[in-house]
Amino acid sequence: MKRRHLLHAGLAVGASPALLAHSVFAQTAASKAQVIVIGGGYGGATAAKYIRLLSAYNIPVLLIEPQSDFISCPMSNLVLGGSKNLKDITTSYDALTQKHGVKVIRDRVTSIDPDKKTISLANGPMLPYDKLVLSPGVDMMFDNIEGLKAANDNGRILQAWKAGAETTALRKQLQDMPDGGVYALTVPEAPYRCPPGPYERASQVAHYFKQAKPKSKVLILDANPDVTSKGPLFKKFWSENYKDIIEFRPNHKVTAVDGHAGLIKFDVQENLRADILNVLPDMRAGSIAVQTGLATANKRWCGVNYLTFESTVAKDVHILGDAMLAAPAMPKSGHMANSHAKVAASAIVAQLSGLDINPAPFLTNTCYSYVSDNMVVHVASVHQFNLEEKTYKTVPGSGGVSSEANTLEATYAWNWAQNIWADSLL
Amino acid sequence: MRRNFSVPKTLFLTLFLTAGVVQANAQESEKLHQRANAAMCANCHGSEGRTVEKSAVPPLAGLPREYFIQQMQAYKDGSRKATVMHQISKGFSDAQIASFADYFSAQPR
Repeated sequence: MKRRHLLHAGLAVGASPALLAHSVFAQTAASKAQVIVIGGGYGGATAAKYIRLLSAYNIPVLLIEPQSDFISCPMSNLVLGGSKNLKDITTSYDALTQKHGVKVIRDRVTSIDPDKKTISLANGPMLPYDKLVLSPGVDMMFDNIEGLKAANDNGRILQAWKAGAETTALRKQLQDMPDGGVYALTVPEAPYRCPPGPYERASQVAHYFKQAKPKSKVLILDANPDVTSKGPLFKKFWSENYKDIIEFRPNHKVTAVDGHAGLIKFDVQENLRADILNVLPDMRAGSIAVQTGLATANKRWCGVNYLTFESTVAKDVHILGDAMLAAPAMPKSGHMANSHAKVAASAIVAQLSGLDINPAPFLTNTCYSYVSDNMVVHVASVHQFNLEEKTYKTVPGSGGVSSEANTLEATYAWNWAQNIWADSLL
Repeated sequence: MRRNFSVPKTLFLTLFLTAGVVQANAQESEKLHQRANAAMCANCHGSEGRTVEKSAVPPLAGLPREYFIQQMQAYKDGSRKATVMHQISKGFSDAQIASFADYFSAQPR
């Protein structure tokens, strides 16, 4: 009798994994837990979707995002070059709600209380959380450059580094500029969002000038000693295709701007004037992270436990994407943020469901840059978690860049965008 | 000897069930990790290996296990040419590739 009972009990446990899979999430605290995600970019949107997916839709997720739609920063340089428009790079949040049951609130978070585990909204009530995912992206440190805040407020000097209205406005500045004019793009010291982004942007503007106003110039004024990412590939393409258009000047750190006079001042180099100033200031974690005291590194980037992406200073707050203090060789990219989100989502689901945290996570990154409307270069990497050093390390012999700019990868690049937008949002 | 087996029935059953739950949790944990790890391919190859329509990047869902492993090895050893996969594949161990293959071969197309 006893044995038969035990066998029955054993069968009940061992023979119905599907039932158990369901019950693991349904019977634990998971189904009653509240997860709040702040920020609907590559990190936040992906985290919201994957917490739902990985918990078999048992953990409720609330996403707070002030914008009505997702507008992609990757590919936004193509809007400046003229081969795509803003609509091409925009995705609705509707599918997150309709397909995945993520509740989306269009609002801005004004404060986080990590002790009481609550957040406050600009236009809504205080909300409690069991787990908070914070993916606030970057803030531009306009105040580090004299005159920049006022010039950006009045629309004379744009950053267009957060895709949206400024992207459209910068495109218009480029279209309005007479042939023979100068477009100056300043690059801040690394780390900043999207290391190859400035050089892709310079390439896109040069591509447009070559077609539409060939006497015009693109000046890259870089605070870094050299091109930060894919340097040899960009430089080769520039010398072969934009020789008389693009000029690259390293070690140019901007200190002040005058929007009316079109003037840029540097710490060491001579002042210069240009028709369009596209000034990228230093960047740091989104202000909500900084004001909450989560930006532990230089008051700019948020330190995390890389196994779970939980903040080193706030329990149950998981920080993703560009705002996070990156491990060595980890770029601040949309693809990376999507990868962070999956490791964090898995850890959060595990913690709320009484399961084990993945002891050996890894991340991938593939980043395409368009050097013209149909030529692309990439950089790719794989980052495995190193248990001893508690950080991610690239795998020796893996990763790399394109051998040269090519059209095949332009097809893959646009497909990458379609697939990662779907993976994050649809 | 009989006395040695006279552990109260309920306790014995509880221990057995607990062991069962621990084992079930270990299995569930492993499934969660496998799924989250495989999601690292989804950025390019679509959620659960299903790409958007007309994608030039191939879907992975439903690929036969052995075929998946062969192709990844071919990328790794250079016998299959690629734009990116020859670089990405070298970042994964054989065990990780086998885990991807198990996962994607079980996904509906």
